[in-house]
Amino acid sequence: MQILRRNLLKAGLIIASAMAFPRLVLAWPAQAFKVKSRNEALQEIYGTSELSQSEDVKLKAPDIAENGAVVPVTVSSDMANVESIAIIVDDNPSPLTATFELGAGAIADVSTRIKMGKTSTVLAVVKADGKLYSTEKEVKVTIGGCGG
Amino acid sequence: MASGIKVRAKVKDDVAEVKALIKHEMETGTRKDDKTGEVVPAHHITEVTCEHNGKVVMKANWGPAVSKNPYFSFKFRGASSGDKVKISWVDNKGETDTVEAVMK
Repeated sequence: MQILRRNLLKAGLIIASAMAFPRLVLAWPAQAFKVKSRNEALQEIYGTSELSQSEDVKLKAPDIAENGAVVPVTVSSDMANVESIAIIVDDNPSPLTATFELGAGAIADVSTRIKMGKTSTVLAVVKADGKLYSTEKEVKVTIGGCGG
Repeated sequence: MASGIKVRAKVKDDVAEVKALIKHEMETGTRKDDKTGEVVPAHHITEVTCEHNGKVVMKANWGPAVSKNPYFSFKFRGASSGDKVKISWVDNKGETDTVEAVMK
């Protein structure tokens, strides 16, 4: 009984904290992760899908990913005032993979590992001074990572 | 309970680099169970927040396409050795985890 009560209390605490900070729960842009194209996803997160290709946005990803379940990706930029970085995989069931909102003092240099269902273009978007800059790269996938 | 987040944070020439590895299955919601043939419900991290001395320096929104046991790193300025960084996440089922680390 003791243990059960403890668990209940813990669950209650988590729910209470979720209610106390609804911003954290609600802020996740669910719709952006549901839409099926890069333009819709960009529209959802940034309110525009206008991209300028820029060499100042650097995307590091493998040419060939042997395992689509774990594809290392790094997006960086020397641009000033970078507010946000987004990673989009065009041919995934939901293209938007991740966004990183950066605070003041942040340096635009984020890395993560993503899943890719099949060979696709990977798009890196950097928002700086309210504008969207991008660069893209095709990554060939030999084994898909969406559990097919 | 021990936290399922591993953090390495270090400061070099005024630039802080934070690397983190989170233990999470990151289920996409499209995968089928091999045995039952039923779709495994989505269970993935949606938000990751990183605070430095109580101030949010990075907030990530993730979809199900971030790999299982996610790794991420990012950099920011204005930290010094000994400062605290706090990383926490929330998933689509409302589960959470938090860890605090001291910068090297």
